[in-house]
Amino acid sequence: MADLGLQVGIVVGYLLVALAVGLVAYRLTERSAEDYYLASRTIGTVVLLFTTFATLLSAFTFFGGPNLAFAAGPEWILVMGLMDGVIFGILWYVMGYKQWLIGREHGYVTVGEMLGDRFNSRSLRGLVAAISLFWLLQYVMLQQVGAGRALESLTEGAIPYWAGATLITVFMIGYVVLAGMRGVAWTDTLQGLFMLGLVWVAFAWVVLSAGGPGELTAAMGEANSEFLALGGGLYSPQYMLSMAIAIAFGVAMFPQINQRFFVARSQRVLKRTLALWPVLVILLFVPAFILGAWATGLGVVPNAEGNILPPLLNAYTPTWFAALVVAGAMAAMMSSSDSMLLSGSSYLTRDLYRPFVDPDASDRREDFVARLAVVAFALIALAMSLGTELTLIEIGATAFKGYAQLTPPVLVALYWPGATRAGMLAGIGLSQAFYLLATFTNVVSATYWGWQAGLVGMGIGLILTVGVSLVTTASQDADRSLFEGLNAD
Amino acid sequence: MGDARATWFWGAVALLLSSLAIPWFLWGSDAVVAGLPLWLWWHVGWMCLTAIVFYAFTRRAWGVGIEGGVSDG
Repeated sequence: MADLGLQVGIVVGYLLVALAVGLVAYRLTERSAEDYYLASRTIGTVVLLFTTFATLLSAFTFFGGPNLAFAAGPEWILVMGLMDGVIFGILWYVMGYKQWLIGREHGYVTVGEMLGDRFNSRSLRGLVAAISLFWLLQYVMLQQVGAGRALESLTEGAIPYWAGATLITVFMIGYVVLAGMRGVAWTDTLQGLFMLGLVWVAFAWVVLSAGGPGELTAAMGEANSEFLALGGGLYSPQYMLSMAIAIAFGVAMFPQINQRFFVARSQRVLKRTLALWPVLVILLFVPAFILGAWATGLGVVPNAEGNILPPLLNAYTPTWFAALVVAGAMAAMMSSSDSMLLSGSSYLTRDLYRPFVDPDASDRREDFVARLAVVAFALIALAMSLGTELTLIEIGATAFKGYAQLTPPVLVALYWPGATRAGMLAGIGLSQAFYLLATFTNVVSATYWGWQAGLVGMGIGLILTVGVSLVTTASQDADRSLFEGLNAD
Repeated sequence: MGDARATWFWGAVALLLSSLAIPWFLWGSDAVVAGLPLWLWWHVGWMCLTAIVFYAFTRRAWGVGIEGGVSDG
């Protein structure tokens, strides 16, 4: 049927555009690890903003977020705004600018490398990388699952799930191996602008066809009066704050985001990006999530995959447009995954391969191993994703909160000269253990008076890092001066 | 010392921005203004304010608490 051809055509079209961008980037890329991972630290404002944005938001904007607003009410907009617009903006400066200064001064590519050097500890470096890779693997896997399932339903089973997931993985591998950070950043920018445009057209279309925002909000209130009032149901203050704080702190340690802290061309780029952040968050999430919430009043039912936005668009916009949005969401998943693969491979090579396997590797060899690591990482994730039944949202949030456990010890290390190696290892290791036990077993409770284990674990990590540092002495070979006396000029 | 005072001031600003992004004082309110819940309008306005404050920070105080002197801790 015509719709099917159009949908597949749009996805294929996107892949080809991305491939073309990758090829251009490849021609501009030097054969060194610093250029491959960081585009030689030359990323500009718009590209930095959108690459962080597209990587971060991806499929959640189109699927997860609207689904949540549909099921529980539009308050998720507030959680998202506080999380990504305010708290992450503050961390952008507090963590990002400091890391940018340190990275530029000493040439770091990963946060593990930076910490390992500061505390002269190979174990710390390896631990941070191993924890990061553990959560990253799940996240990449879930993008593949999402893309495979979306492709399966898009083609009505003509492309089975396993073939869709494999196809997308193979494409991503080729692309990331070829293009590196520069290509990924460029496609993310196209992607971000595309998503932003689509969301607003979708919003306008539904509002115009359904009789205006007043009508839609009133219908939503009639269907479920709890949706209109702030709070209630799922949304307790503890829930909203736990989610917003833990996920915002997690975002800052997500490898592909944290690595962005090292890539800005100058501090002007970081400055401009900071001020644009809250505006962009509002522009994207208010229309996307309110559509999901409004759908409750319109009697629209989620499709077989549990997504609300595609059926809503099918009901109120032409089929070609609904197809475009679904294809855009799929493209978003791929765009997230390529950044993740790239940072995953840099953690593997810089923090595990180089320090533990081959300390004397040449730049060229490391560059080669990095590209090999992309392939290995993607294939492991693919193997895992072919056997899973998990839902995207739950594991997504779980991974973010896993990363959040790393953030308090890293902040302590960045700002407090008294931090010691033992303090860091205890803070990072034990908070992570606590969170893993709370998430995957019943040994540790998942909530404490409404506060989630993700947030409680962060507190534990902070207390342990500071406490253990106070009772231990810094080793002779740790070098706290690495993080001090930094200036932009 | 100027830098220490500025750090405290901007730290307080950051806390204020975070604490009112969700309008807790409208908890339970279902007032609708111009087709959207009032609490949503507050949030949109607050985020615009946040962007302005972030911009002012980058112009006037960038580097506070991070750049400069070696600490004596």
